[in-house]
Amino acid sequence: MFAPERIVMVAPWMVLFMPLFGFLVLAFFGGLAKKQGRQQGMMVIATSCVFVSFALALATVWGLMALPAGDHGLHFVQPSLPLDWIDVAGFTIPLALLIDPLSASLMLVITGIGFLIHLYSVGYMSHDEERVRYFSYLNLFTFFMLVLVTGGSLALMFVGWEGVGLCSYLLIGFWFKKQSASDAGKKAFIVNRVGDAGLIIGMALAASYLGTLDLMELSTGAVAGKAEAFGVFGPFTLIAIALFIGACGKSAQIPLHVWLPDAMEGPTPVSALIHAATMVTAGVYMVARLGALYTLSETAMWIVAVVGGVTAFVAATIAIVQNDIKKVLAYSTVSQLGYMFLACGVGAFGVAVFHLVTHAFFKALMFLGSGSVIHGLSGEQDMRQMGGLRTRMPWTFWTFTAGWLAIIGTPFFSGFFSKDEILIAAFDHNTFLFGLALLTAGLTAFYMSRLYFMTFMGEYRGTLEKAQADHGSHAAHAGHDGKADNQADNQADDHGGHGQGHSGIHESPAVMLIPLFVLAIGSVFSGFIHIPQFVEPAIRVEEALSHPAWMPFLATAVAFAGFWVAYLMYAGALREMPAKLATKYAGLKDLLDAKWGFDDAYDSFVRNGVNGVVDVSERVLWKKVDAGWIDGVVNGMGRLAVELSEGGKLLQNGLVRGSALSILAGAVALLSAILWAQR
Amino acid sequence: MPPIDTLYTSTLGAFEAAHAGFVQVALAVSAFLFVIGALGVFIRRNVITVMMCIELMLNAVNLAFIAFSRAHGTIDGQILVFFVFTVAAAEAAVGLAIVIALQRHREDLDVDSFNLLKG
Repeated sequence: MFAPERIVMVAPWMVLFMPLFGFLVLAFFGGLAKKQGRQQGMMVIATSCVFVSFALALATVWGLMALPAGDHGLHFVQPSLPLDWIDVAGFTIPLALLIDPLSASLMLVITGIGFLIHLYSVGYMSHDEERVRYFSYLNLFTFFMLVLVTGGSLALMFVGWEGVGLCSYLLIGFWFKKQSASDAGKKAFIVNRVGDAGLIIGMALAASYLGTLDLMELSTGAVAGKAEAFGVFGPFTLIAIALFIGACGKSAQIPLHVWLPDAMEGPTPVSALIHAATMVTAGVYMVARLGALYTLSETAMWIVAVVGGVTAFVAATIAIVQNDIKKVLAYSTVSQLGYMFLACGVGAFGVAVFHLVTHAFFKALMFLGSGSVIHGLSGEQDMRQMGGLRTRMPWTFWTFTAGWLAIIGTPFFSGFFSKDEILIAAFDHNTFLFGLALLTAGLTAFYMSRLYFMTFMGEYRGTLEKAQADHGSHAAHAGHDGKADNQADNQADDHGGHGQGHSGIHESPAVMLIPLFVLAIGSVFSGFIHIPQFVEPAIRVEEALSHPAWMPFLATAVAFAGFWVAYLMYAGALREMPAKLATKYAGLKDLLDAKWGFDDAYDSFVRNGVNGVVDVSERVLWKKVDAGWIDGVVNGMGRLAVELSEGGKLLQNGLVRGSALSILAGAVALLSAILWAQR
Repeated sequence: MPPIDTLYTSTLGAFEAAHAGFVQVALAVSAFLFVIGALGVFIRRNVITVMMCIELMLNAVNLAFIAFSRAHGTIDGQILVFFVFTVAAAEAAVGLAIVIALQRHREDLDVDSFNLLKG
C-alpha cells in the first residue's frame, strides 16, 4: 500500500487538496465560527491543513526519489485524472500534474514555509476581527500556488498563476477600508494583467506553433526539431519573450515591478509568503521550467539576462533610500528576483532555483522578523522611529541576524552559496552583467546592513516608550490583557492592524517566534543542500561552470565593503554622512526617492494616454456615435411610430362616409391593379 | 330536356344575335346607376337616403350580373342576383332597425354626427 509508485501517484493530489479543503471549510463555516467566537478553531484547521499538505509533500519527495530514474537520471511522474480538461480538434490538455525534482522542491518550499507563515499569522492576526477571512485566503493561495508549480501543462499552470494573482489581490487589499491598501491591491492586479496578457499570447503561440502545452514536451528536446523550420525571430523567440512578459508581471521585473513595493500594504505575513517566498518566484519557476525552450533562443535569453541584471541593480539602488522597513525588504525582493532572472538568462536555471529556495528562507524570515518588529512597535514601520531593538526583542533580533547574514552573502550562510553561483554564471557569460551583479551584491550588503543597524542597533529613536514611561514595564502586559476590549476598532486604522491593544515595546509571542527559529535554521543551512544538482535533470540544461577560486573571496570582499560602509554611516563614525551625501548629490537622491521615475512615468503616460482615450471616447464615441447615431436611430424609430400613428389616426375618424370612401378607393385600386396586371 | 346552356343558345341565340348591343347598354346603365348610388352615399347625409343609395348600388350590381349572365350564356349571374336580393333585404331590415334606434336615441339622422367607430 505504501509503495513509492502508489504514493507519488496519490500524494500530490492530496497535497493539492488539503489547502483547498481548508479554504472550503473556512469559507462555508467561517461566518458561523465568527458568530460563535470560535475563530481560533478555524485558524487551527487552516494551519493544520497546510501542515498535512507539507507532510504529504515530504512523502511525495520520498516516493519520487525511491522510484527508478528515467532518462538523464530524472525522477518524474505525471499523476493524471482519468479525464481530459480540454479536448478540442485533436488538441488535448489532460488534467495531469508533473512531479519531478523541480516541482517537488517547490512543493516543499510552498507547504513548508506556507505552514510556518500560517503559524506565525495565528499570532500576528490574533486581534483582527476578520482573521477567518484572512486564513481562508491564505489557504486558497496555498492551493493555487501548488497548482501553479505542479501543473503538468502551461494551461494548468496558468490556472494557478491566475489564482495566486487573485489571492494576492485579496490579501494586499485585506484591510480594504484603508484607501491605500485597496489601491495597492488594484494596482497589483492591473499590472499583473499586463503580464498575464503576455503569458496568454505565449501560450497561444506555443499551442499553435509547437502543438502542445505539455511542460514535459516543451522542456524536452522534442520541440527543438521544429526550431529549424523557423528563423532567429521565429516562434521560439516570440514564445519565450511573450512568456517572459508574464514572468515580468508576476515576478516584479522592470518595467512591471511597480506593484510589488505597494503590495506591502497587505499584512506582513502575506508579504513574507506571497511577495517574497512563493508567488513572486512563479516567473522564475516558469522560465526555469521552460529552460530548454529558452535556450533555443539567444535573443530571449539575452533579454531575460539584461532585464534581470538591470532590475537587480535598479531595485537595490532604490532600497538604499527607503525608510519604511517593509519597503526596503520589498525592493530587496525585486532585486533578488532580478538575480534569479539574471541566472536564468545566462543559462544557469538550476542556480536560479537554488537562489529561489535560499531566498525564500531568508526573505520570509526577514519579512516575518520585520512583522515581529512592527507588531512589537504597535504598527510602526518607519526605521527612523526604531533603533536599539536588540535588547527589547532579543529573539527577533537573533533570528533576523541570521537572515541578514544570509542575504548579504556571509560565507557559509545560504545566500552566500546561491549568490556565488549566480556571480560565477554571470562571469562566464558576460562581463557587463557580472559587474552589475557584483555591484548589486555590494549594494545589497549596504542597504540590508543599513536596515539592520537602523532597526536593531544604536538607541531607540521612537516616541512610543516615552508615552508609556509612567506606566512602567508592566504596561505591556496590562495592554495585552485588555486587548479583547478593542478588537473591533483596530482593523483599518494602522499599518499592522494592531491598535491600542499593545502598549510598549514587547517581544512577540512564541507562536510567532517558532517560525522565525525554523526559518533562521533554513537561512543558515539551506545553502548546503546543492539544489542545482537536484533540479537540473528536470530542466535538462546542463551548464558547465568554471569555478574561479577567487570568486567567493571577491564576493565576500564586496559584501563586506557594503557592510562596512553601512556600519560606518549608520552605527559608526560617519553618521553625518548620509545627510551630507543627500544634500551633495541631491539630484541622485531625488531620482532614487522617485524610484527612478517609473511610477511617475506610468502616471503621466498611462494616465494621459487613458485620459486621451477617454476624451476621444467621450467626444466621438459617446456624444457622436452613441448619443448621436445609436440613440438617434432608436429614438427616431419611436418618433416615427408616433408620427405615423398620428397620421393614421386621421383615417380612423369614425365617419361612415370616410370609411365608405376608403372602401371604394380600395376596391378601385384593387380592380385597377388586377386589370393592369392582365392587360 | 336539353341542358340549360343548350336551351339558351338554341332558343335565344337568334335573339342575342339581334340584340348584340344589349350587354353593353346594360353594363353602361349598371355603371351609371352604381355611380349615382356611390355619389349618393358620399354626398347625402341623411341615413335613409344613404341606405337607399346603397340599394341603388346593389341593384346596379344586379343589373351587371344579369348582363354578364346573358353575355356568357350562363345562369350563374342570375343565381347570384337572388343572393344579393337576400342580403339586401337583410341589410335593409338591420339598417332600418338601426335608423329607428338612432332616431329614438339621438333624434338625428345625419351620418356625420355618428362617429362612434372613431379610433
